Amino acid sequence: MIRSIIVAAALAVSVQAAVPQNLDVIKERKQTMKDNGAAAGATAKMLKGDAPFDLATVQKSLNTFISASKKMPSLFPDDSKTGGDTRALPAVWADKADVDARFAKFGQDATDALAAIKDEASFKASFPPIFKDCGGCHEKYRAAQN
Amino acid sequence: MPVRSTLLVLAALAAVAACALWQLTEPRAAFSRDQWQSYEQGGDAARGRIVFEAGGCASCHATPGQPDRLKLGGGLQLKSPFGSFTVPNISPHPDDGIGAWKVVDLANAMLTGVSPSRTHYYPAFPYTSFQRVKIEDVRDLMTFLRTLAPVSGKAGDHDLSFPFNIRRGLGLWKLLFLDGKPLKADPAKTLQWNRGRYLVEGLGHCAECHSPRNILGAVVADRRFAGGPNLEGKGRVPNITPDASGLGPWSQKDIAELLTSGLTPDGDSVGGAMAEVIRNTAELPPSDREAIAEYLKSLPPRQTSPPEKKGSGG
Ligand code: HEC
Ligand code: HEC
Ligand code: HEC
Repeated sequence: MIRSIIVAAALAVSVQAAVPQNLDVIKERKQTMKDNGAAAGATAKMLKGDAPFDLATVQKSLNTFISASKKMPSLFPDDSKTGGDTRALPAVWADKADVDARFAKFGQDATDALAAIKDEASFKASFPPIFKDCGGCHEKYRAAQN
Repeated sequence: MPVRSTLLVLAALAAVAACALWQLTEPRAAFSRDQWQSYEQGGDAARGRIVFEAGGCASCHATPGQPDRLKLGGGLQLKSPFGSFTVPNISPHPDDGIGAWKVVDLANAMLTGVSPSRTHYYPAFPYTSFQRVKIEDVRDLMTFLRTLAPVSGKAGDHDLSFPFNIRRGLGLWKLLFLDGKPLKADPAKTLQWNRGRYLVEGLGHCAECHSPRNILGAVVADRRFAGGPNLEGKGRVPNITPDASGLGPWSQKDIAELLTSGLTPDGDSVGGAMAEVIRNTAELPPSDREAIAEYLKSLPPRQTSPPEKKGSGG
């Protein structure tokens, strides 16, 4: 019991001693990702047959992905590794070049899909592969939920 | 002299107990090698591929750090509280893989956790779930595995602490946690539900990650599928029972979509160990993903397992 209090006290000190974290940028990258989620969710409904195919919605989602892919690489400064309930893993900063390359590929795949998708059939063929970019990055760089 | 005879009796008792223990922990294989030939006939590689994907063999056995999921050279390290396991080579290489194995050998490994040289496997190889797999599926799987490229080089040894490095001890563990019962079809339920149960409880070994474990590393029965700690890193593995705190709000279509694209109903894309599971389930026929969804929605609803208290009492 006493020992755990000491440990807790030591932890509290070390947290306080850590560099102040940039909570705004954490908030911003989470919001950017939330927008990706909303955009992906809208198209998933069409894939499942819970909503009718709508080209305008699909294009809007793809444009959301493209702008997120451009914005995201700048949202992981060194002072944003902890705090603000971030689920970004330390691996992001250990291999930032790979993370950036993944965002670039994600943006490129969305751009290609935007050009390729004209109707429901091309939507069903060209959209789902993008989800591999999402899952592949979350697999390596994002912690599971608490 | 009374003391001496007591000691003798005690020694004799200890010897009997040790013998009993030795017999109890003896690795018992379900299939004898004498009958091996009858199991070699009629395997189908295309069906075996589905067994392979449903069983997620590539997730553990594919050589890490290269993109080919069918290169089964092993080498992946699995961390556990007992030490680190190194996944073996199961490519059809005659010396370094399982090229010399018969269907019965694979059946004994998957269904009873016993090797061809009659030693116990560790349950890091999820035979606690694979024990439910049908022998015909093992035969098809073996037929498929034999079509793959042999990979040379043995994977390394496990790095386990005492007493976990003694394989014989696993015999006791198996007595406690392995019942060896196949799943009996439930005629009151749909064919799809029965298929789903087989995929979830047997091949898919979903409970191995989605449940908390006791100190012996076995799944806690009344918390099965209710979520648990993430052994591989931060965060927790979610509850997949149809409770409000789990998949309650999800439709069967939502679950089938997750198993196809990794997308949750709110548009999030699952990561962590589940991303790899989805690489397998995405290769299944759509009817199998629907079967998994139907079965999950029929599980007894359980509230999400509370996080374990750590190091209290100091
Ligand atoms: C190259 C990496 C990368 C790609 C590609 C990516 N993500 Fe993410 N995503 C992350 C990281 C890292 C986080 C954790 C951010 C944090 O918590 O600080 C995250 C978080 C999220 C979240 C949770 C946001 C919250 O905190 O509520 C959602 C939802 C999400 N991503 C959806 C998507 C979707 C959908 C796609 C594809 C269309 C996608 N992501 C593509 C890296 C990526
Ligand atoms: C969660 C990881 C995991 C999955 C999934 C998995 N295995 Fe394994 N497998 C292991 C580990 C770890 C061992 C080593 C066990 C030991 O040494 O006691 C092993 C051992 C084996 C062996 C024994 C090899 C030998 O040289 O003795 C075979 C055969 C095998 N697995 C086949 C399969 C097949 C087929 C599948 C899919 C149906 C599969 N495994 C799925 C982790 C896994
Ligand atoms: C190797 C471990 C592992 C195995 C095996 C596994 N899962 Fe998962 N699963 C996870 C993890 C970890 C997550 C959380 C991922 C995240 O949050 O990024 C998850 C998430 C999920 C989710 C999403 C739940 C939610 O609330 O978001 C579902 C549904 C699911 N798994 C179903 C299954 C099914 C069905 C199987 C068997 C075919 C299975 N899982 C096998 C580790 C596993």
